[in-house]
Amino acid sequence: MSLLHLAILLPFIAAVIVPFLFKGFRSIHTGWFVLLVPLALFIYFIQYMPVTSSGQTVSKTFEWIPSLGINFTAYVDGLGLLFALLITGIGSLVVLYSIYYLAKEKEALHNFYVYLLMFMGAMLGVVLSDNLIVLYMFWEFTSISSFLLIGYWYDKERSRYGAQKSMLITVFGGLSMLGGIVLLYIMGGTFSIRELIGMSGELMADPLFLFAMILILLGAFTKSAQFPFHVWLPDAMEAPTPVSAYLHSATMVKAGIYLVARMSPVFAESGVWLWLVAGFGIFTLFWGSFNAVKQTDLKGILAFSTVSQLGLIMSLLGLGAAALHFDTLDENMYMTATIAAVFHLINHATFKGSLFMMAGIVDHETGTRDIRKLGGLVNLMPITFTIAIIGSFSMAGLPPFNGFLSKEMFLTGMISVFELDLFNLNTWGILFPVLAWIASVFTFIYSIMLVFKTFLGKPQFDKLPKKPHEAPIGMLISPLVLVTLVVVFGFFPNLLSNTMIKPAVEAILPSLPAAGQEVYVDIYFWHGFTPELFMTLGIILTGTLMYATLAKWQGVYNRIPERFTINGFYDRGLDGSESGSFKLNEFFMTGYMRSYLIYIFAFFVAILLSTLTVSDAFVIDTSNLAEIRIYEVVLAIVLIAGAITILFAKSRLTSIVLLGVVGYSVALFFVFFRAPDLALTQLVIETVSVALFLLCFYHLPEISRKEERMKFKMGNAVISILVGLTVTLIGIASFSNSQSFESISQYHIDNVYELAAGGNMVNVILVDFRGFDTLFEICVLGIAALGIYAMVNFRGVRREKR
Amino acid sequence: MLNMSVYIALVAFALAMIGIVYRAIKGPSTADRVVALDSLGISLIAVTALFSILLRSSVFLEVILLLGILAFIGTVAFSKYIEKGAIVDRDRHK
Repeated sequence: MSLLHLAILLPFIAAVIVPFLFKGFRSIHTGWFVLLVPLALFIYFIQYMPVTSSGQTVSKTFEWIPSLGINFTAYVDGLGLLFALLITGIGSLVVLYSIYYLAKEKEALHNFYVYLLMFMGAMLGVVLSDNLIVLYMFWEFTSISSFLLIGYWYDKERSRYGAQKSMLITVFGGLSMLGGIVLLYIMGGTFSIRELIGMSGELMADPLFLFAMILILLGAFTKSAQFPFHVWLPDAMEAPTPVSAYLHSATMVKAGIYLVARMSPVFAESGVWLWLVAGFGIFTLFWGSFNAVKQTDLKGILAFSTVSQLGLIMSLLGLGAAALHFDTLDENMYMTATIAAVFHLINHATFKGSLFMMAGIVDHETGTRDIRKLGGLVNLMPITFTIAIIGSFSMAGLPPFNGFLSKEMFLTGMISVFELDLFNLNTWGILFPVLAWIASVFTFIYSIMLVFKTFLGKPQFDKLPKKPHEAPIGMLISPLVLVTLVVVFGFFPNLLSNTMIKPAVEAILPSLPAAGQEVYVDIYFWHGFTPELFMTLGIILTGTLMYATLAKWQGVYNRIPERFTINGFYDRGLDGSESGSFKLNEFFMTGYMRSYLIYIFAFFVAILLSTLTVSDAFVIDTSNLAEIRIYEVVLAIVLIAGAITILFAKSRLTSIVLLGVVGYSVALFFVFFRAPDLALTQLVIETVSVALFLLCFYHLPEISRKEERMKFKMGNAVISILVGLTVTLIGIASFSNSQSFESISQYHIDNVYELAAGGNMVNVILVDFRGFDTLFEICVLGIAALGIYAMVNFRGVRREKR
Repeated sequence: MLNMSVYIALVAFALAMIGIVYRAIKGPSTADRVVALDSLGISLIAVTALFSILLRSSVFLEVILLLGILAFIGTVAFSKYIEKGAIVDRDRHK
């Protein structure tokens, strides 16, 4: 186990200690101790930057279950490191923010930080694992810890609803992903991602390839809240704001993005991949931004905005796959898409984190997040306003912030679709730039709404639960750091290009840079009158116009009935599956023994008869039949007559007597077939059981002693005849086959006196050759006797005690 | 010659048993059926005995004895049941 492994597991180890710190040091906010963990990890991971930017990778293996090919291989390359830095960096800021956000007197801090550290470790494990099973393990850890964090205020009904919803959806995706992983293992014979990438060409020819791809993508789409699985994210906003900022904007929802980027080298040659990833991404972008305008809750807007921006990154990753179909790097404009995806990933984490923290501050200082109640806070909360305006303008894609650069590159990527003559993109591809442009307009509108409706406009402080004032400085540090990064990356984007973006892009498209070539990342040329610049101008103009007339067209949202929303579908689906399973259960679990016996016998007949027919097993072989003697025929007639008459007997007493007749006839058969011991036992047992039947009959209550014939039911008759027929057929068939092997009874005949010193062979078998069975038959009788004694004698005990 | 007469006897008993079973099925009262069952037991004794002759075996003699006892016990139990409604008396301590 190397230092790298310890770094990944450090948050888990720290999570164990946190409750003790919480109990031991009540005067110090537990968050201060926790803060050390992500800070240390951030500094540790920074050290890998020179390694990855020079194109090298680090791989350390810790054997976990080597016999199954499951090893904890920690692998650091550009993509993993980028995510690790995001996780630890934003993790530190979020912990710092949470120290001021959560009061140490009122909140269960030990729970909070244990969950948060668990999540941090899980996330690091996801992005730094090379082994798919280990990745899946950490993946599920993120789902569980996210579930715990969303339900942190578990006494609120909405929290529990949101936690359950996110759990169901992400675990559904996680399990699909596991299916995809297993399929990949079947195809490639390894769980290692790097080895799978090496054989991606062979994998493509495999018939299972498409299934593996779709299952893996299901996992990525559910985690990254892509349409139609985005519904859990807005409901996850019931979590404390630091959680929303951390999990639901910067890290966990990007796990799906990470997975798509990581698995790109395996799948991206396929056109289906490009269409699925880019198509779902672009539609999610549009759908999220369209719905964000409708929200009235600050965190609701931010949630839909996250959905939309994740769609943007996803669509870029999908289009970036097109680069693989060109041989050279020169003139390969589709590289831009991948570069833009990575760049926007970083940008989104910075501005969305700061915006969530801003929303938290507003909530904390005014008591509400409803934009209909807010307004005019600019003079009271100037610093928060600055944070909000930088974050929002970056999100809207306005210069001079970093969102502008990545939005330009995004539009470049979308326009480049026109020139692609692969996979029908030149016909349907027109949808990409159009949807991208419309979505950008809506993005602009909700970004403006976020700032203007909260901080400008008419002050209405009487509606607020608290008297608003500026937040404490500690709460402002984290968002200020993030917006500083927004501005810095906006002015000096090339700070990132060689250190972070280039290694990440090389990890996503490892096959592309041919020998001697390098991915050239230069995010600088935003001068010049390119089509994307005019598109941006169009976005700003249209967006401003539409924002000004918002009140006139906002009614369009009410036209979509609740029934047809994805949420409505989810809720009804959940209710439907519950009531459906209940109804199904009610339908066949009738509570009547009669029904269950019908099922059992019907299946018995169906399975045995079909096996008999399918395997063609029914044969009649008369060569071994013995001669039929007259007295056997007569006795058989007696027995059959007795058995059939039981069915038609009017009184129960008659049935019991007839049962005795049947039993005695069987005893006589034993005599005929030379089994004296069986005959003896049968006679005694038959007598005793007839007596017991009589006892039961005597104790029947008066009301049910009504003497009437058994009612005729067609179904019962059919099934009983079929059962009889089945058993008869099988009896005949197996007797016909029984001569294939010699019986072992000759051994008993030869040795009954030689070895066991007995003359009665049946008894010698019972107590000597196979005495073990007899021992347990004795046990059965003992248990039955004790059971009867207990039932008769201890009947009233429990009732008396009550 | 012996075999032949045993066979004849067996057939006769078989017919008798069919008649007895008919009575057990038909028998208007429970007492009829109990008597039929008793006769069936006795017929079984006879059949077993004849069969032992046929098989030249003496191992079924125990069966004959047992049948005799059981038929008696069974008939007494049934009779007691018909008469008193119970087989085992509970009031012997009183």
